[in-house]
Amino acid sequence: MALSPDVVGTVLPTTALRLERGRLRLFAKAIGLVEPVYVDVAAARAAGHPDLPAPPTFLAALQHEVPRSLGWLEDLGVDPARVLHGEQSFTYHQMAYAGQKLTMTGRISDYAVKKGGDMELLTRHFQVTDTNGAPIAELGDVVVVRHPQVSP
Amino acid sequence: MITTPLQVGDQLPPLEIAPISRTTLALFAGGSGDHNPVHIDLDAAHTAGMDDVFAHGMLGMAYLGRMLTAWVPQDRLRTLHVRFTAITPVHAAPVCSGMVAEVHEQHGELRATIQVTVQLADGTTTLSGHATVAAYPPMKGM
Repeated sequence: MALSPDVVGTVLPTTALRLERGRLRLFAKAIGLVEPVYVDVAAARAAGHPDLPAPPTFLAALQHEVPRSLGWLEDLGVDPARVLHGEQSFTYHQMAYAGQKLTMTGRISDYAVKKGGDMELLTRHFQVTDTNGAPIAELGDVVVVRHPQVSP
Repeated sequence: MITTPLQVGDQLPPLEIAPISRTTLALFAGGSGDHNPVHIDLDAAHTAGMDDVFAHGMLGMAYLGRMLTAWVPQDRLRTLHVRFTAITPVHAAPVCSGMVAEVHEQHGELRATIQVTVQLADGTTTLSGHATVAAYPPMKGM
């Protein structure tokens, strides 16, 4: 094992991202999302949106807006190659749109050891807010750190 | 888009994805901001002990988001939670499915809990979880 319960409470780097139409269109293209509301500003406005909406899972992109997106693991002494994404959750308060600048704060909220030490689980909790501090969404994830033991 | 109230047992129209190409993984790396080379660089995948690159877990979750927002407008989506249960190899063809499992009142609103799953052609479940959506379209003035 590499970690300890002391990691609970660790504050993660605050990140920010101005949602940009081109980035949202790239995300839509990557996931095969072709509905005009997500790629055509006129269609979005005709549907009552102020601009292109961010699709539901796009907000996870905010966590990567740091020079070293895996640095939080390395700082804990964890080799990112040993890590798997175990769970992901989103709780939505408001939709997010192109043109908005969003900020994400996060912390490690839980730590557990599973399978007799073969796996450690880190739970993170993030809050996304707009420039007025109004809540946009909460994200949670579980990161699995694998420690496969050699059989005797 | 569905326009009638949601009922337990309602099935969402499934979303069938064409086999995932390496190009898709490259585009998703850029779009999602997840540049982990294990998804886009065969050398990095080999170094990590994998035979080939594999899809970002979040790509499968994005497909679930597509299925949900093709069915109800996104402003009715309240939560989405999944467990990643298996990796998705490059060239796999995921199928997203969902079913209304429960309708209940929460935070003063009638909400439906949708069981959601992503499976591959060989039957492997790659993601499973649930979404909650507002069971009715928002009323005027709310």
